[in-house]
Amino acid sequence: MNTEAILSFEEAMEKYDPVLGFEVHVELNTKTKMFSSAPNVFGDEPNTNVNEVDLGMPGVLPVVNKTAVESSIKIGLALNCKIAESCRFARKNYFYPDTPKNFQTSQYDEPIAYDGYLDIELSDGTVFRVEIERAHMEEDAGKLTHMGGATGRIHGADFSLVDYNRAGVPLVEIVTKPIEGAGSRAPELAKAYVAAVREIVKNLGVSDAKMERGNVRCDANVSLRPHGRERFGIRSETKNVNSLRAVEHAVRYEIQRHAAVLDAGNPVVQETRHWHEDTRTTTSGRPKSDADDYRYFPEPDLVPVVASREWVEELRATLPEPPAARRKRLQADWGYSDLEFRDVVNAGVMDEIEETIAAGASASVARKWWMGEIVGRAKNADVDPGQLGVQPATIVELARMVEEGKINNKMATEVLDGVLAGEGTPADIVEKRGLAVVSDDGPLLEAIDAALAAQPGVADKIRGGKVQAVGAIVGGVMKATRGQADAARVRELILEKLGVTA
Amino acid sequence: MTDTNTLIRLSAAALAEKLAAGEVTSVEVTQAYLDRIAAVDGGERGVNAFLHVNAEEALAVAAEVDAIRAAGGAEAEALHVLAGVPIAVKDLIVTIGQPTTAGSKILEGWHSPYDATVVERLRAAKMPILGKTNLDEFAMGSSTEHSAYGPTRNPWDLDRIPGGSGGGSAAAVAAFEAPLALGTDTGGSIRQPGAVTGTVGVKPTYGSVSRYGAIAMASSLDQIGPVSRTVLDSALLHEVIGGHDPRDSTSLPDPLAGLVAAAKTGNVEGMRIGIIKELHGEGYQAGVENRFHDSLELLKEAGAEIVEVSCPNFQYALGAYYLIMPSEASSNLAKFDGVRYGLRVLPEDGPMTIERVMGATRAAGFGDEVKRRIILGTYALSAGYYDAYYGSAQKVRTLVQRDFDAAFTVADVLISPTAPTTAFRLGEKLDDPLAMYLNDVATIPANLAGVPGLSLPGGLADEDGLPVGIQLLAPAREDARLYRVGAVLESLLEAKWGGPMLAQAPELAAAGPVETLVGSQEAK
Repeated sequence: MNTEAILSFEEAMEKYDPVLGFEVHVELNTKTKMFSSAPNVFGDEPNTNVNEVDLGMPGVLPVVNKTAVESSIKIGLALNCKIAESCRFARKNYFYPDTPKNFQTSQYDEPIAYDGYLDIELSDGTVFRVEIERAHMEEDAGKLTHMGGATGRIHGADFSLVDYNRAGVPLVEIVTKPIEGAGSRAPELAKAYVAAVREIVKNLGVSDAKMERGNVRCDANVSLRPHGRERFGIRSETKNVNSLRAVEHAVRYEIQRHAAVLDAGNPVVQETRHWHEDTRTTTSGRPKSDADDYRYFPEPDLVPVVASREWVEELRATLPEPPAARRKRLQADWGYSDLEFRDVVNAGVMDEIEETIAAGASASVARKWWMGEIVGRAKNADVDPGQLGVQPATIVELARMVEEGKINNKMATEVLDGVLAGEGTPADIVEKRGLAVVSDDGPLLEAIDAALAAQPGVADKIRGGKVQAVGAIVGGVMKATRGQADAARVRELILEKLGVTA
Repeated sequence: MTDTNTLIRLSAAALAEKLAAGEVTSVEVTQAYLDRIAAVDGGERGVNAFLHVNAEEALAVAAEVDAIRAAGGAEAEALHVLAGVPIAVKDLIVTIGQPTTAGSKILEGWHSPYDATVVERLRAAKMPILGKTNLDEFAMGSSTEHSAYGPTRNPWDLDRIPGGSGGGSAAAVAAFEAPLALGTDTGGSIRQPGAVTGTVGVKPTYGSVSRYGAIAMASSLDQIGPVSRTVLDSALLHEVIGGHDPRDSTSLPDPLAGLVAAAKTGNVEGMRIGIIKELHGEGYQAGVENRFHDSLELLKEAGAEIVEVSCPNFQYALGAYYLIMPSEASSNLAKFDGVRYGLRVLPEDGPMTIERVMGATRAAGFGDEVKRRIILGTYALSAGYYDAYYGSAQKVRTLVQRDFDAAFTVADVLISPTAPTTAFRLGEKLDDPLAMYLNDVATIPANLAGVPGLSLPGGLADEDGLPVGIQLLAPAREDARLYRVGAVLESLLEAKWGGPMLAQAPELAAAGPVETLVGSQEAK
């Protein structure tokens, strides 16, 4: 197992300045593949979503998927990139059995989108600008499964199975410029950057954006340099870090590992690294030098992709509101404080609150229910809050019943549990569980008499003007009615009975 | 009823007329050609134009056409003019129901799961496909000697090469084994075999015929085109196979119209025909040069204006071609690795890794010329060499295109000999790749520029009595001009000779028994 030395993160930060770089691959959710008419569908029987083009049969030719180009332009625009008026594909030549033609059709020196940026908001509200070098189109490779051997990697395997369903799936690769100045925020920034890219492509509707399915895959480049030095250190590239948490952990680990290597006076090896979720460590992959020779040349089977300015503007007009701008707008609309809003975002219930408000709840009621009740229940159930299945209409109905005095807050949370348990609508549950607030004064007055009789001293204090002592009597009444009384009404009646005005 | 010996010598146009008139059936025609193939193609001294003979399917298609004709009515009316006229297909073009080898061991026994677009169009026109013709492996060669299945012989002299890479298609048409054939032309593979076998071959404008299903050698240069005995026949076939194909991104949006009409125009009066200074004279065989001048005289007599143009950058074309073509080929041929289809060879000893299986497969599956070009191309594309080799070659390509642009401002059509020499002897240049490459010096510029070219018989060389080809070149999309000038020159030459040049070809002796021929290439 991995025994590489690492420094503590804090010590690493004292001595070194991290520089990051990301290559994020986004699988597009087009109906068909990048260069063929075969379906682009995840999870089907292996080697069924393929035709002669995907298998690299003799004589086949690629044809560019127009929707994929549109999606790529949309991604470019959302990343504040310039869109090339004309750009070409190139062939990246290398022999590997997951690549049916033994070259990948990709873009090389003419990406469709270039020179953009993305403003990333960190958890404390700091905004960090990440410069985007390029976003280019390419095709995915097939999926290899290595059988036998201990590592699940090709070396040591007895044989390998290949599924070409994924071969030719459209990809957009988003490459950042070197990210400097993140300091100890580097791991957090890494996570926030990938989260932002995922959010953007999901918001655009161009990708299913499920990291667990590999729709969004991140290669994280890390290098360190001593504080004050301008020249970058030697980088490692941790491949296929496929969850947001893992991105943060991988960057943190690599910083610690590099720091230990440098501290020992050794050079960092330029190589790819494999991420291991179980141990939260990386291991050495293959050496990667800048001299890797893929013999790129322009793809002669394709004509250049021409993106007329009219087309680009048409696409720009269809773009949804950018996630960051939407957050700003929603916070202002809802009147939440920065802290309140950040908690909402971090809890992942912004969409749900928006829907609940749209269904008729006030902003404060929506926040109270989602943040105060549902998020905690979701945490206990170990699911995302949205996955609990609470409908906005349910919350609106609960809030209305409380407001109308039909039930009190305590009962409302009980009703919510009933709804989550599948017992029916709030109204059903109120009826079934007999939860209606007692609004007939008769039974209340009896209970009040009993409570006053039980605590004569308190009653005297109230009569004597210590109105705040009424709480003890109210508490007694509520206990006696098992919480079904309207506490405000009880208070009124007690004071009335004792001839005291509040 | 026409006797079969006469039948197989008819042009495709004449056959089509007889079929339409009901004077002969497609089954009779197809059978006559199958018999001819059986008689002259096999055996030690056979032409060896065919790698696979598709008798059963061809006869079935022929019978279908005959049945439709016999029934009459709308369906018969709707038959394509070439319906029932048989054709041979170069074995670089994929076909369902027949093996496709590309002339290579690496695809031995492989059957394509799909039809090339041009094959779909032949099927739509109901043209019986006689079989698949021999070629230099992956179309790499100028003599068909680089076929893994043995060389094709030139019907004019069985000890000579039929040109290449499409020697099989040209020889099949010249030997009356087929009235028509499909070829592919990357640097002259349709035109040069046409020249040395006394047949007509056309490389259409790049993008005017779909490449989908033609196994790629050099994608930016490859083009499928017709092979025939007359200019009109090539025009007829060109119209069948041409037109836009959504599966080929480099396919032109609109079909080239009026090709057949142009071949029937028969008038060159006032046309400016340009002699390319750099494509004749020094380095060209005397007999080739003489026949070239005969053609110029005839065109002048017919009212054409002969002008001289200079294309100074053509001297770099061969060098540029031998960088661009192998570069693209090295990448196009990477897919032949033994993983998904075709030959798979396991290393004899040592670890059974994927790299070693790929290596063993490619070492055993590819011939020397293919390996030579893969190595050349891999080198030319390598980091540090790309700019000097591939990059410079692309610049030359642009200069060649500019030379053509300039030439076409003073000439409507350009003319040159198709090849510098007549057919050489089998084996003569096999060990001298550079001498072999020089055969393409006059044909390569058209591929680099994407312009169309046509080769037609120009007579026999004085010194060896072998066919000489005349090449016509036109601006991109102006393929019709080639047919117009070509048809006029053809009729003037035939009037001079008193008939088609192929009538002067020696009679072929029966070469081998039928059963070794009508079957798969394994039988040969």
